[in-house]
Parts: sequence; structure tokens; C-alpha cells
Amino acid sequence: MSSATVEFSPWTDPDTTPLISFEGVTKRFGNFTAIDNINLNIYPREFFALLGPSGCGKTTLMRMLGGFEEATEGTITIDGQDMAGIPANKRAVNMMFQSYALFPHLTVADNIAFGLHRSPMPKSEIQGRVDEMLRLVQLQKFAKRKPHQISGGQRQRVALARALAKAPKLLLLDEPLGALDKKLRQETQFELMDIQETTGTTFVIVTHDQEEAMTVASRIAVMDNGLLKQVDTPDRIYETPNSVYVADFIGDVNIVTGTATTVDGDATQLTWAEGVAPIKGMTGAQVTQGEPASFVIRPEKVSINKSEPEASNKVQGQVLDIAYLGNMSTYHVELPNGQIIKSQTANNRRIARRDITWEDTVWLSWTETAGIVLRD
Amino acid sequence: MRRLLIAIPYIWLLLLFLVPFGIVLKISLSDYALSIPPYTPQLDLSTGWQGFAEFWSQLDMENYWFLTDDDLYWKAYLSSLQIAALSTFFTLLVGFPIAYGMANAPEHWRPTLMLLIILPFWTSFLIRVYAWIGILSNEGFLNQFLLAIGLISAPIKILNTDIAVYIGITYTYLPFMVLPIYATLEKLDGSLLEAAEDLGCTRLQAFWAVTVPLSKPGVIAGCFLVFIPALGEFVIPSLLGGSDTLMIGKVLWEEFFSNRDWPVASAVAIILLLILVIPIILFQRNEQKQREAGN
Amino acid sequence: MRRMTSFNVVSLTLGFAFLYIPMLILIIYSFNESKLVTVWAGFSIKWYGELLQNEAFLDAAWVTVKVGFFSSTIATVLGTMAAFVLVRSGRFFGRTLFSGMIYAPLVMPEVITGLSLLLLFISLSVDRGVFTIVLAHATFSMCYVSVVVSSRMATFDQSLEEAAYDLGCTGWDAFKSVTLPIIAPAVISGWLLAFTLSLDDLVIASFTAGPSSTTLPIKIFSSVRLGVSPEINALSTIIIGLVTVGVIVASITSKRALVRRQQETV
Repeated sequence: MSSATVEFSPWTDPDTTPLISFEGVTKRFGNFTAIDNINLNIYPREFFALLGPSGCGKTTLMRMLGGFEEATEGTITIDGQDMAGIPANKRAVNMMFQSYALFPHLTVADNIAFGLHRSPMPKSEIQGRVDEMLRLVQLQKFAKRKPHQISGGQRQRVALARALAKAPKLLLLDEPLGALDKKLRQETQFELMDIQETTGTTFVIVTHDQEEAMTVASRIAVMDNGLLKQVDTPDRIYETPNSVYVADFIGDVNIVTGTATTVDGDATQLTWAEGVAPIKGMTGAQVTQGEPASFVIRPEKVSINKSEPEASNKVQGQVLDIAYLGNMSTYHVELPNGQIIKSQTANNRRIARRDITWEDTVWLSWTETAGIVLRD
Repeated sequence: MRRLLIAIPYIWLLLLFLVPFGIVLKISLSDYALSIPPYTPQLDLSTGWQGFAEFWSQLDMENYWFLTDDDLYWKAYLSSLQIAALSTFFTLLVGFPIAYGMANAPEHWRPTLMLLIILPFWTSFLIRVYAWIGILSNEGFLNQFLLAIGLISAPIKILNTDIAVYIGITYTYLPFMVLPIYATLEKLDGSLLEAAEDLGCTRLQAFWAVTVPLSKPGVIAGCFLVFIPALGEFVIPSLLGGSDTLMIGKVLWEEFFSNRDWPVASAVAIILLLILVIPIILFQRNEQKQREAGN
Repeated sequence: MRRMTSFNVVSLTLGFAFLYIPMLILIIYSFNESKLVTVWAGFSIKWYGELLQNEAFLDAAWVTVKVGFFSSTIATVLGTMAAFVLVRSGRFFGRTLFSGMIYAPLVMPEVITGLSLLLLFISLSVDRGVFTIVLAHATFSMCYVSVVVSSRMATFDQSLEEAAYDLGCTGWDAFKSVTLPIIAPAVISGWLLAFTLSLDDLVIASFTAGPSSTTLPIKIFSSVRLGVSPEINALSTIIIGLVTVGVIVASITSKRALVRRQQETV
């Protein structure tokens, strides 16, 4: 899977025409600006995730694609066509609703056929298409059931089949897995990816679950307050966030604030406390020498040792807390100035064999390229 | 303690609901007589078992045969059914758009709109019927208005016709229709309509494909809530209807108070109940189904 | 996706006009000088004066209020008990019959209820009067009260009662200090409903009333049969006014109570 996504990168090729493009799109509700001057291209066959906390504008952005909201300013084009004034029922875009919005009075098969009956497809072909969709989501046995007679996971698949039945150019998924429990959600994520690949449809998914976005998406747009904070592949969003906000939103992170003292190409040093060596890290976006900046580093990139290690970045501290998660443990280490740094290590030894415990004095260390210095 | 709690309302209802009902049944099997009370046989418990046996042997279905013989009665039943059914239909016609408008109104208006629908229900039924006498009479406001705008050239007779009864029932029972429909429409998930539009429906198509079928339980409940009481209605036909407006409630009243024929009045009541059993059972089923769907 | 389209505005306007214009006409013409109720002849409150001097109406009003008060109070006690039995008593002998007897009066035509009670009173040789109307009204109103109260009881968390037992309450104690305060709003609205039903009832009262116990609806009905009269308009205006004030006060109080509850839970 991952090798396929690496090769698939139309956004790096200037010759590809995007399927969707937002140009200077703004959406206001009264005085409230939900979407603030957004420019974004989404390419054919992408699995694109809009990620952000609730109220960040991701749902509004998607509803504008579906035709449920009109942009206040700017243009949205899908497949080269300006979408202004085109109602939802005239768009080659279908949506999978957060609540699934399955029609409770219709059977599973009739739900899937609903859109087909309102399309140019001849009546005689509808049954075949419905069967095909039922096979795709493996619900052949449940065709005659009503939505309330099937499980949550099955309902989710009916909603997907219904939205895909009309073979839309673009499928919008609004928190599609939010109602499922964790285990089912993980299974379904892979199913979604398979279906996306088989049908070759462009998917735009809205989610607040970063793990979900990381798993399914070819690219992620992190949003906050109506703005796009970063649009990038999952690994780049995680490894090289362009702002403290993105770093903090995605996954667990240590943040050390200070001043960028020397900026030398890719390497930057951050002075963060008196009497300690500056932290050496990668130069992040828009860092300038002498300005306040933050060093961010993922806990799994911080090593923890009882004896002093050989490393370019090392600090000493005291173990405050240990969170045992089974496969790994997170150590909360308090530095002399009160700063707390988290270090995460895989538990590849049994618990009794590990030697670090509460109140131990330990050394934390990391390499020069493990963390990144970002402008505040 | 628990026994007492059950016993008190139980005995009350037995004495004041079930026993009276048994008496009606008994009298419906008795014969009319010029006496006080005006029926025979009378059960005389002092004569013991023999008296009871004799009493029992004198009960018969004669009044029911009488009801089938005289076409006044079955015409009255048919006409009641017709008036109740048509009024229910008109109430639906008026009530659905109101309920729909309420369900689509901004959320902060809805409690006020609800209050406005319920308010007339708390004011006297009699007064609400009475209000229409002044409107529908020959010199009434409706005729004045229609004459003034030149739609008619002479007053038309509306009061004391079946039309006035339809208007009266529609008016007084409107809240019973609006509230259950509003309840189903208000619960309707807005994303279902969006989904319908997303799948290619126009707004009107989405209304027919989604809103109408999903409001069916409310519509059915509303129709029964209007139809059942309208069938036995007495006040509206006697105040707004004409002398030829036949409704079984009115017939029963007159049989009892004017003709003093208690046995026939009782038989009329029993048959009315038998007719009502069907819609009541259907109504119960609808409610049951809705509860199950809700779970 | 709620949309307030012009269709909705029009249907609401027409609907509420249909509901309220008849009553407005009634109110306006109660201030009419003329005896002719459909011709406006200037403003006057003389019909209110005449109404207040009409002994028959005042007597009837007093009977009605008495009947309403006593019957709704009895109905509230019995109806609350019945609701308790329906929701909390589990299975007992004759339960189906019991719930049948609670729900049947709700759909029973008034003419039949009235007729059957009258025949009962006659066969027991009870003299008809205020007492018999109270019995009749209490019987059918208790069913409404029990429906209102039981729907509230069905939704409240039974573990609250269990907690009360757990903390040492006896049955009555738990009812008094936990259940009753929680169902109190429903009990009050049940009482109001019973009171209104009693004030409103013509048919059952006509059957069960005696010659000396004419209620207001009976009085209004007999005079309305003779046609529209400005005095009745005045009386209607007073009743509509009282009910409107009552309903608005009740809804504001219950809304406040709701807001307070929400604030407490936050």
C-alpha cells in the first residue's frame, strides 16, 4: 500500500490538471468567517483528508463541494467546471453523510438504487448496478433488510455503496467512521482504501481523527479557524510540520520554547535556558535568527538512559511519571528548569527487566536531525 | 401498601367505568316501557336466582333488529362515518402545511408556535364551535366578506349544513392533527433530505420521496386522533349542522333525551362502540409500530 | 437542512389566521354596542355589565368551578396512583383489564360515557347533582392524568428511587422525598388538564347533572342553541382571556424551571 502511495504524487507534477480547485474561496455565515481565502488543488484518484478540530471549517469546505453551501467569495471548479449556482442534485459528486442518512423506510437495495432511479440509467440496468454495489461492500445477503435491521458497520457500508452507485467523479465522506468502535474502524479504513483503489474515485474525507487521516489519505490538509495550516503527505506532516500548531495537532510532541540563535542552512540552534547547551535541530519554515522559536520533537525520537550517552543533544532530568501502554512506555522527565520532556521507548523487554523507575535521574538524548525548530 | 395502591384506582374504574358499561349493555337488551326507569325487565334481586333466570330470559336482541329495520339508524352511522372521514381529510389538508411550516421554522420560534397551536385546545371547545355560528350564518362575517368582494351576489347558506360541520370539526380538532405530524417532521433528520438531493432529487422530489413517507406515522396518528372523536361528535352537528345532518352522537342524544327510549339509545351506543373498535385497534397498531421503530 | 421558504411562511400565516380569526371576531364583537352581533355599532362594555348581573350565569359559573376543583383534585390523586400502578407495579392479576380501563375512556365517545354513568346513577338511585358530575368528571379525567404522569414516570431514572431505598428510605418516604418532587411538574399539568377538561365538558355534564346543578357549558349550550348573543361573546372573551393568561403563565414558569434545571445540571 505505502509503496503505491509514494509513487502516486500528481501534486508534484505541474502538468497534471487538478480535479478540484479552490481559488480564493471564502465563506461567511453572518459575521463569522468559516473559510478564509483558501487556495487548494485536489487531483484525480487522490484520497484527500481534511483534518482539524471541530469548528475549523473542514465540514463547510466539504459541503461547498457537495453543493450544500455556496462560497461567499472565490471560485470552486470541479473537472474544469465552475460550480457556482449548481445545486447538489446536478453535481457529479456524491456524499456519504456522517449520520449515514440512510432512508429508514427503504430497504438496503432500494437505498442503493435511490440515486440510480434519478439518473439517466435505464431501468433494466439498475438492478445489475445495485447487485454490483452490494457485492463491492459484501452485503448481498442483506439487500432486503431495512436500515434498522443491520449493524452499524453494515449501515456504514450501505451508505458507501449508495454514494458510489452513481459512479461519481468525487466522493465526499463526512466523518465516515466516527460512529464505529475502534476495532471496526481500523478494519474499515483498509476496506475504504481498497474500494477507493478499485473504483478509482477521488475521495475527500473529513475527519477529526488524525490516526484515521494518516492511515487512509494520500494527502492531508490540516485546518484551523478557516485556514489551511499545511497541505502535505502524511509522513511530511508528521516529520516536518510547518508550524507548532500542526506539530501539536498531529500525534504527541515535546515543545521547547526559546530563541533561534544561529541559523545555518538546515541546522538551527535554539537557546532555551540559561547555563545549558543550546538545542541543535533542523531548520523549519520561516525561522529567522534572533527571533523567538520553538523546538519540537516526537517522544519516540528521544532516547532515555541511566548513564550519560554520546550525543549532540543531551539533558539530564528526573523521572516524574511512567505511562505503561503495553507495547511501549512513555517517560515524563522533568528537567532542572521545570520543563517536562516525554520519551517513548518500545517495550521489547519484559517489564521486570527494565531498570528505569520513578525519581531516577536519567539522561535524555536525540540526534541533530530528530527535531525541528519552528517559528512561533 | 402496594395492594391498596392498586385497589383504589382499580375499584374506582370498575365501579364507574366497567359497571356502567355493563348496564348499558344490559339495557340495550331490554324493552322500552312506559315506566320509571323506562325499560323492562328490571332485575329484582329479592326474588333470588329464579328472578335472575326470569330476568335473563327476557333479554333479547330486539333493539338491534329495530336498528337495522329503521333506515334512520344505519343512515346515521354511514353519514357519521362519511362526515368523520371527510373532516379528517380536510383537517389533514389544513394541518399538514402548518406542521410542515412549524418543523421548518427557526428553532427559537418553535416553542411559541407550539404554544399557539395548543392554546386553542385549552380554551373552551364550546366557545370555539360557537365562534363559527357568527361567521357562517346568512348575515355572518363570511357572507358579508364574500358579498363585499363581489364573489357572490346573495348570501349563501352555510350554517346548518354539513359544510359547517366539516368546518367545525376541522377547526376544533386541528391541534390533534398538527401535533403528531409536527412531532414526526421535527424528528426528521435533515441530512436525509440532503442525501436525497445529493443523489439527484429536486427539492420537490425529495419531499415526496423522503418527507412524505417518513411523516406517515404522524399522519396516521393525527387522522385517528381526529377521526375517532369526530365519529361520536355531538356538539358540532347540533350547533352547526342542519336538521338533516345525521350524526350518531346526535341521534343517541335525541333518542335518550327527547324520545326517552333508553334501550334503543343503549343499543345505538353499543353499535357505535363496535364500529369504533376497528379504528382504535388500527391506531394502537400504528403507535406500537412507531414505538418499535423508535427503539 | 431546515428552510423557511415562502411556502412555509404562507402556510403558517394562513393556518394561524384560521385558528385565531374566529376567536378575534368573538372578542371584538363582545365590545359591540348593538344587540345584533354581526353589525358594528360602536364600542361598549355593557354586555359585560349585563353578564355580571345575570344570576343564572354566575350560579352556573360557580357550580362549574366547584365541580372542576373537586373532580380534578380527585382525578389527580387517582390518576397518579394509576400511573404508579401502570409503570411500577409489574404484573398483577387483571393488569390488562386495568390498563384497558385507563386507556378506553380516552377514546370513548362522550355521549356513551355520559349515558353509561347516568344509567349507573339511576340504577343506584343516586340523586343527580354536583356530586354526580364530580364523580363522572373525576373518572374520565383520571385517565388523562395517569397518561400524563406515567409518561413522565416512564422516563425518569428508576435508580433514583433505588438510591433512596439504599439510603434508608421506606416506600412512602422514597415516594415523598424523591419520586414526587421529580414527577411534580407532570402532576401539576395533569391537574390543570383535568381542571380544563372539567370546565370544558358539556356532554357528560348534561347526562349526569341534576336540575339544580347546571354548569356553565350547559348554560352556554342552551342559550347558544337559540343563536348568537353578545352576552355569550362577553363570556367567551372572559374565558379566552383567563385561559390565555393561564397558559402563558404556565409555559413561562415551566420554561424557567427548565432553564433552572439545565443550569443546575451544568
